[in-house]
Amino acid sequence: MTRYVFIESRDPFESRDTQFLEDTAIAVKERGHDVTVFLVQNGVLAARESARRLGRLAEAGVKLLADDLSLRERGIKADELSPGIRESGIDALVEALVQENTKAMWH
Amino acid sequence: MINRTLTLALMDPPYESANSTTALRIISAALEKGIDVNVFAYEGAVCLPLKDQAPHANPVKGTTVEQEEHPTTKSFVSSLLAIGNLTWVNCGLCVDERGATNVVDGVKRGSPADFFKMASESTNTLVIPTK
Repeated sequence: MTRYVFIESRDPFESRDTQFLEDTAIAVKERGHDVTVFLVQNGVLAARESARRLGRLAEAGVKLLADDLSLRERGIKADELSPGIRESGIDALVEALVQENTKAMWH
Repeated sequence: MINRTLTLALMDPPYESANSTTALRIISAALEKGIDVNVFAYEGAVCLPLKDQAPHANPVKGTTVEQEEHPTTKSFVSSLLAIGNLTWVNCGLCVDERGATNVVDGVKRGSPADFFKMASESTNTLVIPTK
């Protein structure tokens, strides 16, 4: 099993190609790999429950983390996040990146 | 204890993208965890450690340099290098194109061959491209 870490920095309402990352993460997960999507910068705008995004990723069993500083910068509180998305520090991303057999992709 | 190394390739110039801030945060967090970090600065990212950067006042708000506390990326890079276990290589061709030779102490000059070597010897590599 390979671990995949996808880092989404883009706002889904600005960049339609965030859909590509979502599709790729789900496809990789369906092949039996461990997949994490780390939302950062404008990527955290998708984490709001009111945005109604990322449900497919959560249902597929992808681990969803949202950067705490990016959330604070945008005034998004933890209780506004969709179920299945966890607020996280950047150190969690670093720890995920240095695990053996891990592939990382920034978008 | 296993020695872990993270290599990052950066491309964004300073003060253009939140990517730079996130990259500096990743480097800081990794160093705090005792993880060795390599940075290969490519394209505009070679200007991140430019010594000529200067904090400025804000005439719109009427604040002084001291009140503004304008952060510079050169200060961030210097602080991170002072922690230790960080190797920062600026792409030489990118430096020459931009005349970006006056950089803070500790920044090295190199080529994509250095990036290849760093990536080959690292636990993982993260490329942060421009948008």
